[in-house]
Formats: sequence, C-alpha cells, structure tokens
Amino acid sequence: MTASTLPATGRPRGTRSRVRAAAQYLGIAVIVVYCLAPFFWMVVSAFRRPTDQFQTTPLPDPWSIANLQAVFEPSVGFQRALLNSILVAGTTTAVTLLIGTATAYALARLDFPFKRTAAAIVIATSMFPGISMVVPLLKLFTDIGWINTYQAMIAPSMSFALPLAVWNLTAYLRQLPPELEQAAMIDGCTRMQAFRRIILPLAAPGVFTTAIITFIAAWNEFIIALSMVNKKDMQTATVAISRFTGAHGFDTPYGTQMAAAVVVTIPLVIAVLIFQRRIVSGLTAGGVK
Amino acid sequence: MTSMPTLADADAGTHTGRPPRRTRRSLSEISQNRLAALLLSPTFLALALVIGYPLISAIRQSLYSQGQEFDADGFVVSDEHFVGLSNYADVLSGDRGAAFWNAFANTTFFTITTVAIEVAIGLAMALVMHHALRGRAIVRAGILIPWAVPTAMSGLLWQWIFSSNGIANQLLGQQILWTADGWPAKLAIIIADTWKTAPFIGLLTLAGLQLIPQELYEAARVDGATALQQFRRITLPLVKPVLLVAVLFRVMDVLRMFDLPYILIGSQKQSVQTISILAFNEAGNLHYGQAAAYSTLLFLYVVAVAYAFVRLLGTDLIAETRTIRKDARA
Repeated sequence: MTASTLPATGRPRGTRSRVRAAAQYLGIAVIVVYCLAPFFWMVVSAFRRPTDQFQTTPLPDPWSIANLQAVFEPSVGFQRALLNSILVAGTTTAVTLLIGTATAYALARLDFPFKRTAAAIVIATSMFPGISMVVPLLKLFTDIGWINTYQAMIAPSMSFALPLAVWNLTAYLRQLPPELEQAAMIDGCTRMQAFRRIILPLAAPGVFTTAIITFIAAWNEFIIALSMVNKKDMQTATVAISRFTGAHGFDTPYGTQMAAAVVVTIPLVIAVLIFQRRIVSGLTAGGVK
Repeated sequence: MTSMPTLADADAGTHTGRPPRRTRRSLSEISQNRLAALLLSPTFLALALVIGYPLISAIRQSLYSQGQEFDADGFVVSDEHFVGLSNYADVLSGDRGAAFWNAFANTTFFTITTVAIEVAIGLAMALVMHHALRGRAIVRAGILIPWAVPTAMSGLLWQWIFSSNGIANQLLGQQILWTADGWPAKLAIIIADTWKTAPFIGLLTLAGLQLIPQELYEAARVDGATALQQFRRITLPLVKPVLLVAVLFRVMDVLRMFDLPYILIGSQKQSVQTISILAFNEAGNLHYGQAAAYSTLLFLYVVAVAYAFVRLLGTDLIAETRTIRKDARA
C-alpha cells in the first residue's frame, strides 16, 4: 500500500524500502509518544511518595500507594463521588439508549415526511453550547428544588447524550441489510415484531458500542455537575477531584489529584483497549459513511 | 435549530397534509408515519425539554432583570421585571462589555488556533497510520487514550505538567509561570486542547483516507504524478468532506469551551476567559439576566458560525439521509 503512493526512482529498491520502513516506525513512535507521554506522567506522578512529588525520574523511586490511600480516606468522600458518577452516567446511558434506539430505527429504516428535518435537528442539538442550557436550567431547578439531586444532572445530560447516541445508532442500523426485516414481515411479523426479533439482536454490537461511547461522554461531563450541585455528598467524581484541597493550605495536592485522576480514567482506558475496534468504528460512523 | 418545530413536524407528518387515497400503499404509508412519530417522539420530547425549553427560557431571562435589588426604602427585594434589551446593552458596553469582548476574542482565538493546529497534526497522524504496515493496533489504542481522559482530568494533568516546578519547566530549563495569566496561559490551553483532540481528528481522517480507491493512485503514478501532486490532487480533495465534518464539530466544541480553561488556569483569568466561563460566573453571582444575555449571544455566535460553515463550505452532514430517501422513493 505504501509503495504504491510513492513514485519509483532510480535508487536500489532494498535501500528505499528500508528507509521507508524506518520512517514508518518513526512516525508510529512519534504518535504513540505524543498520545501517551502526558498520560504516562499522570500515572507515574500518582505512584510517587507525596514527599517525592517533584521528582523527575521517569519512574517512581520508590513506588508508593500513599497518594491512592489519601484519595480513599473516608474524610475525602471520594467513594461517594465515584458512586454518584456511576449512578448519573449509568442512568443517562440507559435512558438515552432506550429512547435513542427507537429514534435511530425510525431515521435509518422508515420513510416519512420531515425525515431530513428530524435528522438535521438531532445534529443541530449536538452543537448546542452547554452553558446556554445550564443558565436557565439552574434557575428552573432552584425554583423547583432540584438542586443537589441526581435528576438535575441526568436530565441535562440527555442534551449531549441523545444526539450522540441517535447518530451513532442510525449509522449502525443503516448497515444492516433491509431484506432481513422485509423477509420477517412477509412471514407475518409486524414491523414492531420485526424490530424486536430481528433488528435488535443484530444491532446488539452497535447498541453496545454506543453504550460505551455515551457512558464515557456522560462520565466525563463537567459543567452540568459543577453547576447543579453544591453539596459535597452529591458531587460527581470529576467535580470532586477538581475541588481537592491539600493538607498544607495553599499547595495544590497534585499527587492526590493525579491518583484520583488515574482512578477515574483507568476504567475508561481499559474499556477503550478492549473495545478499540468497535469504538473506532462507532466514532467514525457518523462522520464518514 | 430549536426543538419546538420538530414536534410539530413529526405530528404534521402523521395527521395532516395527506390526501385520503384509499389504496393499500397509502394505508401502509400512513401506518409507517404513525410508527415514525411514535418512535421519534420520546427523543424529541426530551430534546424539547432540555434544549428547546432552556433556549426559549434564556432568551426570556435575558429580557428581564432578575435577582435582588434595593427598593426606594433601602430594603432588599427579590424582583423580576421586563427590561427589554437593557441586559444586552449592559453586557455589550462598559466594564461588562470589555469583559465580553475580551471573552469573545479569546473564544475566537482559541477556535482558530486550536482547530488549525489540530487539523494539521491530525492529518499528519492519519497519513502515518494509513501507510503503516505494522503497529496499527498499538496506534489505534494509543490514539484513543487522550480521547478517553475526561477533559477536567486532562486540565488537572496539564496544570501539574505546567506548574512552576513541573516537568515542562524542567525539560525546557525555564521558569515560566504557565498557569498565571497572559500568553503562557493561552499557550498552555492550546497545547492541552491539541493533545486531547488532534488524535480524534486523526482517527476520523484515517477513516476517510481508507475510503479512497487505491486505483486512483495507481493511475496517477502511471501518468507520472509525484507524491506531492498525488497528495494535493487526490488525497486532499477526496478526504476534504470527512475533514470538514470533523472541523465543524471541533469548531462547535471549542466555541463552547469551558472545562479546560476553568480548571487549568482559573475562572477569573482574563487571558483565557471564554464566553461560557463569563456566563457561568455571572450565573454564580445570581446575575441571571446578564448570564442569560451572555449565553444567548454565545448561542447566536455558534449558530452563525455553523450556518456560515454549511453555506460557504457546503458541509453536508446528512447526505446519507438524502440518499436513503432517494433509494426508498425510486
């Protein structure tokens, strides 16, 4: 593939291909270092002793879990913050998939008037600035006593989660051959039955990918959780970490923050490593196909 | 762009407009429209509540004076009355106006610089990955990691890297106060944002590259085109639609940027204050009217940029919907 995009010249082939291979490996190495170096520094800093915080050795010397222990000290309340994050992101993902799959099916398979408008609106809403929603909802939720509740974080999260999920699922459902449900409908299934018995099982991988992507987006959400909650008990993990205060007054507790950041990031990184192929196809589906 | 007309649209599709042709086909068409309305309504209802309502409510709030004021006798009263465009006049002139235009300039500056740099790096990454014979799996896993790290956490990470005794200063042998204010702070934001999103653009672009038929390059080579000519005449034009979609989504994302400057530098630092941060601060001070005016202005800015993008560059986001419809009708 590579050879075909470069013009052949008079030089001996062996040298050229070796140079090219070396350039490829170099390029790959640069990309990997670019992507991983800052993340690597986060992990390394998390596992230094608090007294070694400003050490610059590439690996901790000695390794220590003191920062992690500090994160999980009961007075910090980080367990509760993690639980809040799981609840908010989990519920957002579940509700989004439930109603988003139905909409995606309609957009991918049915023909009806204003379909283009409906699709355009789904995309347009994904561009809506979070702050334009937070300011009015903050006032509304204050009036109806929703501040410091889970629903005050879950409901606004639908604003970015729904367009994301609908778009991903629509792209996936379009790839499934329409003949399958047509056959089922000829055999006497209604459209609803064909959807439940034929399309849903086939779409499971797409739904699963969308679930991961939506969960990551909801898990990473910041401005809504920051605005709608001011009680420590209700904070999500990302907000809680950004508010960690050090034991020594004005010093930013970088070590503790990095350890906590590792805790909230590692599950996502593991999910990404396991499902990389599916996530990539999910992420690119909306933009390309 | 609001969600309100949609519900009407979806309804209109099912209940009105259709001449009552009592053929088998039109009956199935009607039932299909009903089903579509049924399947679409939960999503559009939710979007109407969390986007449509706030949008209208923000415009209304921006026309009212809200919060606590002192009455003639010096008592604090909670007051809400119509003030017309005076919130806008307020946020566009004087001290607040200076803050707004500064935030507007910052937002625009970050949008242009970060997206330009990210496209260049992302395109380069995509070309490397496309031509790589081995190691694709490693790169793909690696490239997803910046994407998976929460923006808030990446803000903390870069704050640590850019702290006065941090690794950035150690490596550079400098004592730059990155996170204080001024140009170093702007640069820190650009670097942190580029790290997180350039790989994502690379990923999308790679998917676009893989759709280009190999025969085109073979034909060009037979005709004696150089590598550079092939890149400019084949790769760039054919990958452009994908790249434009990626750029549009990135531009929309940077225009509403909040997490990164808020955490990495701070909400009160002039040099990195975006419109989102400004509106957030005003809402935090219970100046809902001004906050709503800022956020409405940001919304209008986003709409204008998106419209210009789609009009001028012809980004076709829903091309596929159209093809499907054409197929269905044929």
